[in-house]
Amino acid sequence: MAPPRQGPLMIDMRVDLAGMRLPNPLMPASGCAANGKELHRFFDIAELGAFVTKTVLADPRSGRGTPRMAETPSGMLNSIGLQGPGILDFTRGDLVWLKSVGARVLVSIAGNTVGEFGDVAVVLSESPAFDAVVGVEVNISCPNVANRGLVFACDPLSSANVVALVREKLPRHIPVFAKLSADVTDIVQIASACVKAGADGLTMINTLLAMVIDTDLLRPQVAGVTGGLSGPAIRPVAVRAIWQVRAAMIEGDIASVPIIGVGGVRTGDDALQLVAAGASAIQVGTATFNDPTAPVRVKRELAAALQDKGFARFSDAVGIAHTRLDKAR
Amino acid sequence: MSTTSQERPPSQGAPSEHTPVVTGELITKRRVGAYHHLTFLAPEVAELARPGQFVALAVGGEVSANLLRRCFSIHQVSPGGTVDVVVAARGPGTRWLTDLSTHHEVNIVGPLGGGFPLPKDPASCVLVGGGYGSAPLFWLATVLKERGCQVEIVLGAATGDRLFGVTQARRVTDRVTVTTDDGSIGTKGWVSAVLPDVIGRSRADIVYGCGPMAMLKSVTEIASAHDAVAQVAVEESMACGIGVCMTCVMPVTGEDGLTRMLRSCVEGPVFRGDRIRWEAFENGRCQVPEDAYGAASTRATND
Repeated sequence: MAPPRQGPLMIDMRVDLAGMRLPNPLMPASGCAANGKELHRFFDIAELGAFVTKTVLADPRSGRGTPRMAETPSGMLNSIGLQGPGILDFTRGDLVWLKSVGARVLVSIAGNTVGEFGDVAVVLSESPAFDAVVGVEVNISCPNVANRGLVFACDPLSSANVVALVREKLPRHIPVFAKLSADVTDIVQIASACVKAGADGLTMINTLLAMVIDTDLLRPQVAGVTGGLSGPAIRPVAVRAIWQVRAAMIEGDIASVPIIGVGGVRTGDDALQLVAAGASAIQVGTATFNDPTAPVRVKRELAAALQDKGFARFSDAVGIAHTRLDKAR
Repeated sequence: MSTTSQERPPSQGAPSEHTPVVTGELITKRRVGAYHHLTFLAPEVAELARPGQFVALAVGGEVSANLLRRCFSIHQVSPGGTVDVVVAARGPGTRWLTDLSTHHEVNIVGPLGGGFPLPKDPASCVLVGGGYGSAPLFWLATVLKERGCQVEIVLGAATGDRLFGVTQARRVTDRVTVTTDDGSIGTKGWVSAVLPDVIGRSRADIVYGCGPMAMLKSVTEIASAHDAVAQVAVEESMACGIGVCMTCVMPVTGEDGLTRMLRSCVEGPVFRGDRIRWEAFENGRCQVPEDAYGAASTRATND
């Protein structure tokens, strides 16, 4: 007789993110998986709940010069500058390919102006492979573009303007997720502004603005001077940000919308921290550079961890740490 | 020997071209001058590899705080399934690798990148290696000889202990020329001091180069002056080696005349030397040329 079946198949990993129904909550983080073909050499990207694309703007972008990165303790600094093909080439090439392999695509978009975000959304929604798109992530928080004082996600009004326009330009059945920065005084205020402006969900967090000095040359190590810090080093910041926003939803200060958690997830246990803090889905970013199979490995590990703890459904674990707070106090 | 790649369950749309992710046992290590020659047992990688491809090694073990992979060109592979790399212990990652005892296991991704393009017909080839950049050239020489090519090699380094593979070169090539900056072995000076003569007398069709960027630039210039094609394997720092991080880019002009910031991992690491925009490299940095594809929209918004 075969031994009893162990493992992830017994737990229901399905999620519904503001109408975006996915077989499981795992995704790559935008900008850490290119546009799919590269990781498809390591695992079938249709195994992911959704595939999050590299942020695309209206026009093709070369990105910055090099060096573009620096290794840091349990993380890295990057200063890419949103290199990419522009929305038209993206919809004609990468999106068509993603559809051909059966990926559910969460398209990350950005613009240098509020209007550009809207233009990108329109081109996307009119493209032939748009039926592969399950949602749009609005990257208002990349630290490597524009005047950094004007990163949209650092200002509630700018964030709201972008979200409202993108929401207006996309069909109603496509949920819009605003990607937030934790480099702000009060992330709850920004989250609130985005939700009021029509965001169907939030993605938290983007990289943190950071800097490394090359001590041989005594100059900034990356050509862009500053860059975005990512990796396990920033995981506690992500957990904190997700916790704060989820708490505000529980308190009724913000309408309750799904949170996609991202920031320093390397293992299933790391993912579980973000989930317990309030994330309904998980993106794996920098860990993919260390292990190309990390997104699907984390999916297996998270399912196993939840099953070990007696959960029948992934969704039952979302935000659970908030219910276990009073006794601890 | 175990492979994580085999854990992937079958499903629709499975990858057609698969890159192995394997745990390779370090079976031998030896000191070669200033370098460390490491041999890993990794049959899946060895079976697929071609000269000029590389492997990306995880360092520090499963809970390492050094997340970025270290990429090394493949020195050689054996029919028994071994993969050899040559490592200079320079930082925490490479020191961890060179401090490993035999029988330790290292996570290996590869083979990665495109290899050296090979001539269809027998040709006259000159191979140029700077320091341990020469590591992949001996295997390349063997493959070229099998194709009936004439193969000369030039090995250069700052000092004698930083030369790699002089003895091996004598076995697998028709003629070996050595240079050192300090003159301790061979001709005193850089490889560029001897290269015009070597290329001229061998009537080289192709010059293959591997080493520091400044050397590759000079190899390209000398090859072009002699109407030879330069194929150079570049060294640019990589975070992932698999094409997803976008950090290892450099400006390369395509057949359409347009310069793009190409990833040296998946679109390289071997480029035609005359396609690289060498003038963009200066003082340890590489600028995006003003005429590069997408440079204008980046410039407009990056201060």
